[in-house]
Amino acid sequence: MLELDHIHLSYPAAGGRLQAVSDLSLSLEGGQIACLLGASGCGKTTVLRAIAGFEPLDEGEIRLAGRVLSTVGGQVEPEHRRVGMMFQDYALFPHLTVAQNVAFGLRRLSAKARAQTVREMLALTDLDGLGNRYPHQLSGGQQQRVALARALAPEPQLLLLDEPFSNLDIDAREKLAFELRDILKAAGRTALLVTHNQAEAFAIADRIGVMQERTLAQWDSPYGLHHHPATPEIAAFIRREALLAQRAQACLRGRPGAPAAA
Amino acid sequence: MTGFPSGSRAQARAWHFGMILAGIGVLAPIVSLLGLAAQGSVEHWAHLLDYVLPDAVGQTLLLLAGVGVLSAGLGVGGAWLVTAYDFPFRRTLSWAMLLPLAVPTYIVAYAYLDILHPIGPVQSALRAVLGYDSPRDFRLPDLRNMPGAIVLLGFVLYPYVYLTTRSMFATQAASLLEAARLLGHGPWSTFFRVAVPMARPAVAVGLSLVLLETLNDIGASEFLGIQTLTVSVYSTWVSRSDLAGAAQIALVMLLLAMLLIAAERHGRRRLRYTGSRRTHPVQARRLRGAAAWAATGLAAWPVLVGFGAPAAYLLVQTGEWLLISGAPSPRLLRAGANTVSVSLAATAVTVGLGLVVAWSARIMQRPPRWLRALPRLATLGYALPGTVLAIGLLFPVMGLERGAALAREALGMAPGELILMGTPIALAAAYTIRFLAISVGSIEAGLTRIPSSIEQAARLLGENVNGTLRRIHLPLLRPALATAALLVFVDSMKELPATLLLRPMNFDTLATWLYGEAARGSYEEGAIAALGIVLAGLIPVILLARMHNRKTA
Repeated sequence: MLELDHIHLSYPAAGGRLQAVSDLSLSLEGGQIACLLGASGCGKTTVLRAIAGFEPLDEGEIRLAGRVLSTVGGQVEPEHRRVGMMFQDYALFPHLTVAQNVAFGLRRLSAKARAQTVREMLALTDLDGLGNRYPHQLSGGQQQRVALARALAPEPQLLLLDEPFSNLDIDAREKLAFELRDILKAAGRTALLVTHNQAEAFAIADRIGVMQERTLAQWDSPYGLHHHPATPEIAAFIRREALLAQRAQACLRGRPGAPAAA
Repeated sequence: MTGFPSGSRAQARAWHFGMILAGIGVLAPIVSLLGLAAQGSVEHWAHLLDYVLPDAVGQTLLLLAGVGVLSAGLGVGGAWLVTAYDFPFRRTLSWAMLLPLAVPTYIVAYAYLDILHPIGPVQSALRAVLGYDSPRDFRLPDLRNMPGAIVLLGFVLYPYVYLTTRSMFATQAASLLEAARLLGHGPWSTFFRVAVPMARPAVAVGLSLVLLETLNDIGASEFLGIQTLTVSVYSTWVSRSDLAGAAQIALVMLLLAMLLIAAERHGRRRLRYTGSRRTHPVQARRLRGAAAWAATGLAAWPVLVGFGAPAAYLLVQTGEWLLISGAPSPRLLRAGANTVSVSLAATAVTVGLGLVVAWSARIMQRPPRWLRALPRLATLGYALPGTVLAIGLLFPVMGLERGAALAREALGMAPGELILMGTPIALAAAYTIRFLAISVGSIEAGLTRIPSSIEQAARLLGENVNGTLRRIHLPLLRPALATAALLVFVDSMKELPATLLLRPMNFDTLATWLYGEAARGSYEEGAIAALGIVLAGLIPVILLARMHNRKTA
């Protein structure tokens, strides 16, 4: 479905260009949910933006459903890619209602079909009855679901999600991660998301790519990643996160003898 | 380029092309000024250097220095007073101190010349009180000299410094001032050792506007008898019909304006190190008794001198005139209609071009360096004094007229009127070039409040560049566009120096009407025209005051 073929990305900086991503390849099957996991600044968001068509490639090729989207020579404009994206800040149009936001990408449909699709999307994302609200009247979680509904409505071949939970309360994240997975699976979508949070990645993804040093260090199932880490660094990364999560939970529950409570 | 079809790329190219055209339009008068000045012979320059320039440059620099010092003193002092102290009417005065912005320099000079005339109201009253009979026995010193000009200009231009400095104090000061007090500095020492140095970048920004405005002024200097560069350009061209000579003086002015801009850049280079931190407001120190009322008086008098007295005078004069004659004369009404229509036309073009420049800059992806500099270049016009701009525009305008005449001849048509100079088109073009910076600035400020993820979302939902602008940015930019239109409209209404040089024969705006009346020494309907301009000028001041109140509330 999605193929990244040895892509190199860079951005302008003082005194030349700075390498952001080097020699990254991956392929994602249709209907799967994948996740790029890595510390902030590892280049994972740049990869997402390149797939969306906002970053030109220095080398390599991006293909979706057999169609070339980006090469070194040129690229398909974002509006012709059939790629949807949920932005980290949701990027809801503040002057449009929820229903108008969801309908934004449905201009080619008739008015009737458009209304029908909007209704379906609002039902899918559990937003029934909120169609006439404006974004600022919604909670963070509701805004997130509007962004999801809007991105799904034009039936993109691929959905990109940039740090989908970073704007939400920590308590709500895990629950919403499972909800998001259910919605994506129900809609039968192929999705690629980006996060720095392991718990989210493991909760949602069929495939996880660990990004280190501006490239993909391992591309595997959650099970494979956990049991057969490809490098000592990945092993340490995953173990450290797991340990931190355990400690945090113990601390929150106020269990006596937990190390962080001392 | 490749086999990827795209409407967006072609659309983006069209926007960039529009921006390049706007840039050429702004640069044309500057380039042609250089060309014109080079036409003047070497003897010309020698003559200028020997007779005209020393005096005019000396007078101009003296005026700039005096107005700079006075307006900086009033502006910084006023900002400090309303920030650091609490006294009766502080809230009112804190926005009222902006009011003199509504009074153009030529109007304040016009009003005070009449108010303080030897047989005017103030001096007559003084004589009655002191027991003198005739102006020959007692009169106040004449206003028509350098100190008079400095005082009048300083009192209407200080709000630029006040505005920038006050917002600096309001957003940045609190913790630094508290630290200074804890380290043992009293209020005076805190003011001079912490507040003033801290305010320097803000003062630089405000002061540069004050000085550009002073350099631009033609009416006040002329009424008050100061031979500045601006007045010299005007008289060289209008009285002596010496375009090359006028262009040479204008070139000197241009250099001066560029020096001012460079000085401002230098003075505010530290501004970027501050401003992002959020701090709490300054805790004002409550004054009591006589000190409190002294503070009220201190804050009130620039408002009274710069706005209250001239505005009251204009109101009274207008009332008297209307009582006598019943209605303004048809010629004045026509001048009013001219002002509104040419300003409206200029506003529409300026806001449209501002949108082209700002939107084009927004959608630029990995632009070459020369293209990246263009949005800044297109806003250079605000630094061009009106007379300089007018002289620079004359040459390209006359070239176009000649081309049009040739075309008419080739087509066998009868020679007609001048297209640009015979109509207010050249005038509207000058307003557009001069005020494009205001429009671009307002629209860019509006655009920066829209995160770029918003337009990326629209693109991924299938919209191209133009559709994104139409469906997302234009609705969201409506307040910014309205602000831009309002500011450009009012500034066009007030504009005098370029209007004097570029208006068609027998075409008056309110400003030129007032200028004509004042030049003839007949003060009849001038007050009505002046009042109209001041009232229009009040609108943006009220807007500014409301913006400030919202920020501090």
